[in-house]
Amino acid sequence: MMGRSVSFVRRLGASVVDGIWRLGFATRFMVLLLVYSGQSFRRLHLTIREIYFSGVLSLLIIIVSGLFVGMVLGLQGYETLQRFGSGDALGVLVALSLTRELGPVVAGLLFASRAGSAVTAEIGLMKTTEQLKAMDMMAVSPIARVVAPRFWGGVISMPFLAAIFSTMGVVGGWLIGVVFIGVDAGAFWSQMQAAVDFRYDVLNGVIKSVVFGVAVSLIAVFEGYDCTPTAEGVSRAITRTVVSSALAILALDFVLTSFMFRG
Amino acid sequence: MSFDPTHDEPLVCLKDVHFAYGERSILKGIDLSVRRGQVVAIMGGSGSGKTTLLRLIGGQLRASQGEVRVAGSDLSRLGRNDLYALRRRMGMLFQFGALFTDMTVYDNVAFPLREHTDLPPEVVRDLVLMKLDAVGLRGAGALMPAELSGGMARRVALARAVALDPMLIMYDEPFAGLDPISLGVVGQLIRRLNDALGASSILVTHDVHESLEIVDYVYFVSDGRIVAAGSPDEIRASTDPFVHQFVHAEIDGPVPFHYPAEPIAQALLGGRG
Ligand SMILES: Nc1ncnc2c1ncn2[C@@H]1O[C@H](COP(=O)(O)OP(=O)(O)O)[C@@H](O)[C@H]1O
Ligand SMILES: [Mg+2]
Repeated sequence: MMGRSVSFVRRLGASVVDGIWRLGFATRFMVLLLVYSGQSFRRLHLTIREIYFSGVLSLLIIIVSGLFVGMVLGLQGYETLQRFGSGDALGVLVALSLTRELGPVVAGLLFASRAGSAVTAEIGLMKTTEQLKAMDMMAVSPIARVVAPRFWGGVISMPFLAAIFSTMGVVGGWLIGVVFIGVDAGAFWSQMQAAVDFRYDVLNGVIKSVVFGVAVSLIAVFEGYDCTPTAEGVSRAITRTVVSSALAILALDFVLTSFMFRG
Repeated sequence: MSFDPTHDEPLVCLKDVHFAYGERSILKGIDLSVRRGQVVAIMGGSGSGKTTLLRLIGGQLRASQGEVRVAGSDLSRLGRNDLYALRRRMGMLFQFGALFTDMTVYDNVAFPLREHTDLPPEVVRDLVLMKLDAVGLRGAGALMPAELSGGMARRVALARAVALDPMLIMYDEPFAGLDPISLGVVGQLIRRLNDALGASSILVTHDVHESLEIVDYVYFVSDGRIVAAGSPDEIRASTDPFVHQFVHAEIDGPVPFHYPAEPIAQALLGGRG
């Protein structure tokens, strides 16, 4: 009995110490990431390469998904609006849902599973094969050379991907609403133009996508850098990146929305 | 050079070094020194703490007790920048090469030059070709690491480790997994590079015969301590039971075959008791 409670207290203590240690590790990681960020802009080619890998290579999935989401919005939105006799407002509905919510959120989720997981895998494998240690032994900081460019590459790509997603979504909505269903094109565009406010809707959407970009990129590089250096450890880190990114995006979306759109 | 007051001091000097991973004590008082120009081997069974020892000398780990001095500086007193400055003059060959898999062989060898010097591309190119030529792989510059055999990868990693003409080169198991020919090639390379660069080398290995051919001094590590040391001739002639077991590859002897554990009878019965 005595022995069991001692070992319980000991395990509890160990997990608290472990948690504090990890918190310190993560904090130190973030501080170093910021300190070394200057280098990833001075040596811009490194960051541009990562923008290519996380941004440009995600374009296809973003464009295709945006188009489909917009088309679904067109179908569902028209069906609902029609009941209230306001099918002409379809453009407004499509544009507002995309710029305020679906653009940043869905693009963020896609970005996490397409680019975030790849970044985690890449950094994790470099750790597993001792490439990061080798770099450190060559007096080159892995955080400056490997982590920071990938972080900034993601942060820079994300708002553009969200904007492209929203644009494609509007095109999808137009395709279904105007071309197939026959909503009046003039009403579709002019109502959209009148109802969408640049600062209130578009800018807030961009702010959301920047925040999601920071969150996903930070999670992706940290999970890779922190992974257990084994095949299993890398695979668990990738899973954690996708799951934590999704949760972070949805939770942050709620918080941001509650501040931005209180009406 | 001859007026350098530190010149007589060993390049690497460990005094009573202790190290533990968590509660598990790995090194229990290591004394060791490497003089300039020497190639020194550290031998011991797997898990005896050889890689740990190299990490301590490279400053990737900190000794919990004792002193690690490299080129006159006590590593425990160095900040990050000073440590990086020191590491620019060290080369380390990792056990599995640790080549950057997203770069060609050429770019791997050019990496330290591009990171630490402002040399124009033509000069970098000449230096890289010289280093690759020294390891016999001048023609392999355009290959990716995945296209190399184990021995070739090891030689590329060697070329990368000496790209900045280091004063100290460390090798972690450079012979592991090599066929007898590559093994001889790598062994001779280690000696030739050391002498050509006027560097010192530390060689961690359990390949006794190959290393006795090329080194100046040998340390044997077991159970966290230096248990024997000497020149290759002294080692070959040694009657020390530990050295004898190692040199003649005997299974039983002072080096335990088992990882520390309770006696097996107790372990087997304990589950049912
Ligand atoms: N990161 C680590 N955490 C905990 N224990 C470790 C770690 N690395 C090595 N060890 C343990 O330290 C001992 C010495 O390891 P190492 O220096 O790699 O031995 P060697 O290179 O001589 O085979 C081994 O028993 C190993 O289990
Ligand atoms: Mg080892």
